[in-house]
Amino acid sequence: MRTSRAGQYAALLAYLVFLAFPFLWLVSTAFKPPQELASLHPTWIPENPTLANFRQAFDEQPLLDAALNSLAAALGTAVIAVLLATPMAYVMARRRTRLARAATGWVVVSQAFPLVLVIIPLFLVLKNLRLIDSMTGLVMVYVVWALPFALWMLVGYVRAVPRELEEAAAVDGAGRLRILVSVTAPLLAPGLVATALFAFVTAWNEFFFALVLLKTPEKQTLPVVLTHFIGAEGVADLGPLAAAAFLATLPSLVVFALIQRRITGGMLTGAVKS
Amino acid sequence: MRARLLWLLVLALLAAGCGGDTDPDGPVTLRFQSLAWQEESVQVNKELVAEWNATHPDVKVEYVQGSWDSVHDQLLTSFEGGEAPDIIHDASDDLADFAYGGYLADLTGLLPERLTKDIPRHSWETTTFGDGVYGVPFLQEPRVLVANSDWLDEAGVRIPTPEHPWTWREFRDITEELSGDGRYGVAWPLKEPVSVSLNLSLSAGGKLFHRDPDGKVTVRFEEGDAVMPRTVHDQVATDRSAAPSTLGSGGSDTLPGFFGGRYAMVPLGFSYRQQIVQQAPEGFHWRVLPAPAGADGLTQGVSPQTLSIAEDSPHREEAAAFIDFLLRPRNMVRLALGDWMLPTGTEALKDPALHTTEHDWATGTALAGRLRPAPAQSVRGYPEFKDKVATPAFQEYYSGAIGLAELRTRLERDGNLVLARYQR
Repeated sequence: MRTSRAGQYAALLAYLVFLAFPFLWLVSTAFKPPQELASLHPTWIPENPTLANFRQAFDEQPLLDAALNSLAAALGTAVIAVLLATPMAYVMARRRTRLARAATGWVVVSQAFPLVLVIIPLFLVLKNLRLIDSMTGLVMVYVVWALPFALWMLVGYVRAVPRELEEAAAVDGAGRLRILVSVTAPLLAPGLVATALFAFVTAWNEFFFALVLLKTPEKQTLPVVLTHFIGAEGVADLGPLAAAAFLATLPSLVVFALIQRRITGGMLTGAVKS
Repeated sequence: MRARLLWLLVLALLAAGCGGDTDPDGPVTLRFQSLAWQEESVQVNKELVAEWNATHPDVKVEYVQGSWDSVHDQLLTSFEGGEAPDIIHDASDDLADFAYGGYLADLTGLLPERLTKDIPRHSWETTTFGDGVYGVPFLQEPRVLVANSDWLDEAGVRIPTPEHPWTWREFRDITEELSGDGRYGVAWPLKEPVSVSLNLSLSAGGKLFHRDPDGKVTVRFEEGDAVMPRTVHDQVATDRSAAPSTLGSGGSDTLPGFFGGRYAMVPLGFSYRQQIVQQAPEGFHWRVLPAPAGADGLTQGVSPQTLSIAEDSPHREEAAAFIDFLLRPRNMVRLALGDWMLPTGTEALKDPALHTTEHDWATGTALAGRLRPAPAQSVRGYPEFKDKVATPAFQEYYSGAIGLAELRTRLERDGNLVLARYQR
């Protein structure tokens, strides 16, 4: 038993190292001077740590403006996606109609469409709506792109909320709206947070739509600006790129760190006797 | 009720997204998408745009930074949607699809004689597709050997110059002489083996793609095509004078080993000098040597960087005038220095700044006259030929997995099958 537990921890540790390695290497690279970046024997800890890469990254590219654009797009996407997905997910989870099943099928099928297949038609549609080079247009696309999976996630969370609780509230005289607001919504909170996070991170990291749909340099988002450190044949200005990429990962990390307990808290524990 | 709410949401989004259109009575605005990415290069481009805007109040140029990494897909989508930039920075080997697709304006008659005469005919060939010219080739770089000076001096080998380059045979012998004890005479970064092989094979008279009088292209792997690949193969598999581990690497990946004393030489694009200056450890001495020469001397293929005008641009003449301004000899030199590349313009090439020994500018400039259009430049179906046939065949040949006969068979038999589909 003890050996098996040790094995599990070893596997977990190996997985953590696997996940953390790229990020730690990115951090290490961000603080290295150019000579150390081309060293035959690279070190984890920079021998002569420098902030020059960060200075250069900020001098060369409008990182702050791009980050604010990304933030606006990501927050907009997260809020709208959750607002749209919540009632849809509730209906799909609670009403086992043909329409709900069809919607579930649509969710699955929508995940199969590659980006390149939709980009040109999407571009033309947005152009007709005069939403090219507009943050609104970009957020609309992100919402549509994130919605199927967000919906899929939320349906699972809604199904996990026991019907018995809603029925008990109904027996106590609560109306439909009262049940949704006072009983279901609080229990769905971790799911809503997780879904919002998913939509936020999807939009924050997205590159190709932003590249194609935004024309004005001042509107460009962070992933697009990061590619400006990459030249022909994949040659990159590695130090500033790593510095900028490190800063770009921070918001996601901070958001996850702050709310991870709420996601994993398991608010339903003990709600129903089974 | 729900439907009404949805419509309200859509209308609100539309209202937020509209507005901000240009004033029809205001100055003409041109969007110039540049792919410059290195600090100095971006700065020069921005300076030139600012200089233009200061002297041309009626034609305002807006600088937009694109990315080499994704330019093809981004441009394709923009062309399809009719939202492409007016002036487009790209490379000649990326233009064929756009030119044949009708997305780029034919520049014939749009450009001033000063510019058309300043750039040599063979450079114009890189942007000529059918009867039209679809880009102005303005920057190019030869592939050179970047060498560890101390290592070569210590070994006492003859140092080649553009006037007296090494032959391919001599190069092979010298790399063997320099190798031993886990150190290699050369490290070939052949992540893109096809373009490197084809471009350098021009030195030995290799053509690979043979065009019939009726315009049909056939692959024939002849003796001239085999010289460079055979040298690399023998260095890796027979002499052990080329590092096998770098065959799948990009140029930057070989630099740690080069700086660390594992490789005496690395064949790289001329612009890599910027990275070498930045990253070389203190006390490391390096120099630029011409690539080996064959029966056709130092000839090699290049795909220059280009400036094109979108077919949909309503201001083609203004865009052409801006390109002319950008590529005046002095400005072309500034762009070349910013990108650590060579200008195509003959006047710009005379500039003293490109003939200094500092960072071996003079060596590269001496090679400019030998640069020719990359062999694959105008071959339709080349991308598929490269990905499906040539890349795996060259990779296997260089690693020693197959021999020259098998390489020839695959390139000719499989390659012609691919090209035939594009030439029906």
